[in-house]
Amino acid sequence: MRSDIRAHYDKHKHLLYSQIEDGLARFPMEHRNNIISARNVDKFYGAFQALYDVSLNVAKGERVVICGPSGSGKSTLIRCMNGLEFHNSGIITINGVEVNERSKQLPALRQDIGMVFQQFNLFPHLTILENLTIGPIRVRGVSKVEAEERARNYLERVHIPEQADKYPNQLSGGQQQRVAIARSLCMETQIMLFDEPTSALDPEMINEVLDVMIELADSGMTMVCVTHEMGFARKVADTMIFMEAGRIVETAPPNKFFTAPDSERCRLFLSQILAH
Amino acid sequence: MPKFLKRLHWLDILILVILAVFVAVIWVRIDGTLNYKWRWDRIPNYILRYSTKYETWVPNVLLQGFIATIRISIFASILALILGVILGIARCSTNLTVRMLARTYLEFLRNIPPIVVIFIFYFFLSEQLITALNIESWARGIARQENNAVWEFLFGDMRRFPSLVSGIIVLALFESAFVGEIVRAGIQSIPKGQHEAAKSIGMGRIDTLRYIVLPQALKKVTPPLANQFITLVKDSAIISLISVQELTFKTVELVASTRLIFEAWLTTAALYFVLCFSLSMLFRRLERKSDQR
Repeated sequence: MRSDIRAHYDKHKHLLYSQIEDGLARFPMEHRNNIISARNVDKFYGAFQALYDVSLNVAKGERVVICGPSGSGKSTLIRCMNGLEFHNSGIITINGVEVNERSKQLPALRQDIGMVFQQFNLFPHLTILENLTIGPIRVRGVSKVEAEERARNYLERVHIPEQADKYPNQLSGGQQQRVAIARSLCMETQIMLFDEPTSALDPEMINEVLDVMIELADSGMTMVCVTHEMGFARKVADTMIFMEAGRIVETAPPNKFFTAPDSERCRLFLSQILAH
Repeated sequence: MPKFLKRLHWLDILILVILAVFVAVIWVRIDGTLNYKWRWDRIPNYILRYSTKYETWVPNVLLQGFIATIRISIFASILALILGVILGIARCSTNLTVRMLARTYLEFLRNIPPIVVIFIFYFFLSEQLITALNIESWARGIARQENNAVWEFLFGDMRRFPSLVSGIIVLALFESAFVGEIVRAGIQSIPKGQHEAAKSIGMGRIDTLRYIVLPQALKKVTPPLANQFITLVKDSAIISLISVQELTFKTVELVASTRLIFEAWLTTAALYFVLCFSLSMLFRRLERKSDQR
């Protein structure tokens, strides 16, 4: 090799390396089969760091339950997964497509990811049926007839077919949350994200929502749930994740997680929420 | 004794008596000092007159002006609503240039007296616009046609069309600034969760605005928008300064030719009051009805 080329190559070697690292080394082959993959994700709100070096993989059909004290970054993490918030460093991919602020594919990506919010966030000016059909009609381009048929089908699945023509504020919290689940399902999503879906509900309504979520899990949906419902977690989770102060502290299958977690903090947290 | 009289305190009665005395004093001053000769009997003729040519009752100056004011208000409101919604959306845009342009427009119109805005617009822009679009000869063409009933119904005398258009546009521009602020407030009052829910089902920004945010925002701001509409009706008096033939302009003309100063202006005031007050009652009723749902 000519000496000047050699010198040039040596001078810029680190650049090449970092590009390779960004593209491949930090995102190795085995993670690409995962439907969701996060690698070394950091997230800041101003000076406050909400996520520290979080890495996590979710395979197709896997059910992941994330728990942890409030302010530990659970919600932030799943909100980064469908681009409602953007991480500052690291890589998050959904089906191999990167999620970031500049991505033009973000709306397309979100069509495959359903999200259920703590506060339901139904559209108050639309009837239940319209809430369910607006996504398929406006985003997926499904015909109105087909969208309505699909909507009624999913309302059946969440056990409230008779509420189709009411408005959201005429329904109870539990019913609203089930509509919100059906709204996401109507988009025929591959992944469902749940951000504390039962936290805003009255106690007597929690089970009706959890039952729907269990049925959904049984149908083979890929799910990531942030929740404190440990009974539900034990029933459906393939993987339990415990987060604290922006870090993933413990990742374990539920058997091990509930009986013999590795970290002391996790044990303490579980004893606090399972005590009574 | 009627029930409402029993609810009056002696202080209320005192205040009413003072007011009555005040009104009486003014009345006496007008009647005596000015030596004004009331000729109320002449007013009805300036509202409706009997045309011997067509052998029917036709509107005279005051009613003509009143109808023109209603026309101008309706067209200017529609235009102001369209411009205002665009302005409100622009104010919430993520694009800095768009936001700054909207802000500039708004601040100009808000911080210059309406009369000045109207003169500037009339002498600089409207002349250019009307000449460029050749509106004048087009309108004359229609005025000469035989069956121009629809045009006459919509815009009145087509020979006056150019000045009517200037009036409508300038009024709409002026009011759109306020409509824009109302719409912006409405858009910003929609909770973040609604945007997030729309995003999470894959809706883009435009769809979110069109199907989720705007319908809710506009419903929320209907009461202040209705108020702004009433303000617009009152503001329409200003465009009499650029010779638009509406109620105030017609009254000025009438007073100049007949010297019925008090009668004409009081009648005009009553007409404006009836129009605006019934509008405000109507909106209040509509609002109550929509709350019930």
